[in-house]
Amino acid sequence: MLQAENLACLRGERVVFAGLSFALNAGEAVQLLGPNGAGKSSLLRLLAGLLTPAEGRLLWQGQDALADRAAHAARLRYLSHQDALKPALTAAENLGFYARLWGGEVAPALAAMGLAPLAELPARVLSAGQKRRLALARLALAPVPLWLLDEPTVGLDAASVARLGTLLAAHRAAGGMVLAATHLPLPLPGARELRL
Amino acid sequence: MTRWLALLARELRLALRYPADSLAAVLFFVLVAALFPFGIGPAPEALARLAPGALLAAALLAALLPLDRMFGADAEDGTLDQLLLSGLGPSAVAAAKAVAHWLTTGLPLLLAAPVASAMLNLPVEAWPAAMAALGMAAGFLSLLGTAGAALTLGARRGGVLLPLLVLPLAIPAVIFGAAGIEAAAAGLSPAPYLLLLGALLAAALPLAPLAAGAALRVE
Repeated sequence: MLQAENLACLRGERVVFAGLSFALNAGEAVQLLGPNGAGKSSLLRLLAGLLTPAEGRLLWQGQDALADRAAHAARLRYLSHQDALKPALTAAENLGFYARLWGGEVAPALAAMGLAPLAELPARVLSAGQKRRLALARLALAPVPLWLLDEPTVGLDAASVARLGTLLAAHRAAGGMVLAATHLPLPLPGARELRL
Repeated sequence: MTRWLALLARELRLALRYPADSLAAVLFFVLVAALFPFGIGPAPEALARLAPGALLAAALLAALLPLDRMFGADAEDGTLDQLLLSGLGPSAVAAAKAVAHWLTTGLPLLLAAPVASAMLNLPVEAWPAAMAALGMAAGFLSLLGTAGAALTLGARRGGVLLPLLVLPLAIPAVIFGAAGIEAAAAGLSPAPYLLLLGALLAAALPLAPLAAGAALRVE
């Protein structure tokens, strides 16, 4: 279980948010809503351990999650705004690197996002939506309990959103948690809303 | 360790896909060595006297060229976040970057050293010493440069700041490297100087990735 207690985030001299508390149980999903600049991305980076909270605590199963950042990193996947793809590598090579880091198989992960026919194309020739799907395919590599998604459906067509929905449903059925920042409707039935 | 090797393999694969970066450094090195004779004029002895220092200075400046993109490219496309979350630890990421920089820049410079040495009229006896000195000095610069690149990441004009930060620290490598080549050219043993250069490298090997890792953490 992920628990945030009284989190505050500073960017520069500005308070982005403060006094934020919530809990996330196994199988639950939370949609982060709020206007641009409300701190959705900052909150996700903070939960991933890429930012240090100015105040408050982040607990995982009751223990301080950020005390051992490597252990925390091993239980989460973070999908940022950027797709983290190398244009010179093919889709399969891009994913293959993460498969070697985290385990899992490349071909089924590509197939999960409908990218199997594009496996041997360099990432630089993929469209924006295809790149987003390739970034999302990382989620299908190896199971981890916590997914932090920053606007996962930007640029996706309806079929790809449905594929993402299948991935999300399987993840939650296996007891996984999802925290997604979004402005678009997400295929997350029964998700709670958290407004920043 | 498998993860670390996976990262190193990815860095090398990317460098092979974009060989222009490595080639640019080697070309810069050879061109500087080729320009020196024109500046010195018809005096082969004077050229040979200058050769050790010129070789080291040209090689270190050439090795600096790819440094400012070392973390910049990964930071821009979001890869750096994924690397920091890969479970490797920031210092291990930095160490992989430093090794990859040496393999893609230092090693080609070392292989190009005989060409540059010939153009600078360095006696053939000193060529092995020149290659050893260049290889170790470039390794020292790869390590320092990784720390510098991590520190200047996100800074405006980081490309200007980086050499100012790194080159002063690389001065000992120039002194010992050039002294070693000079000793070999005079028929003496270059070993004492090269051993000192090796000591510098051995000190930087654990320290620089730690510093770079700390810099990557603080954002």
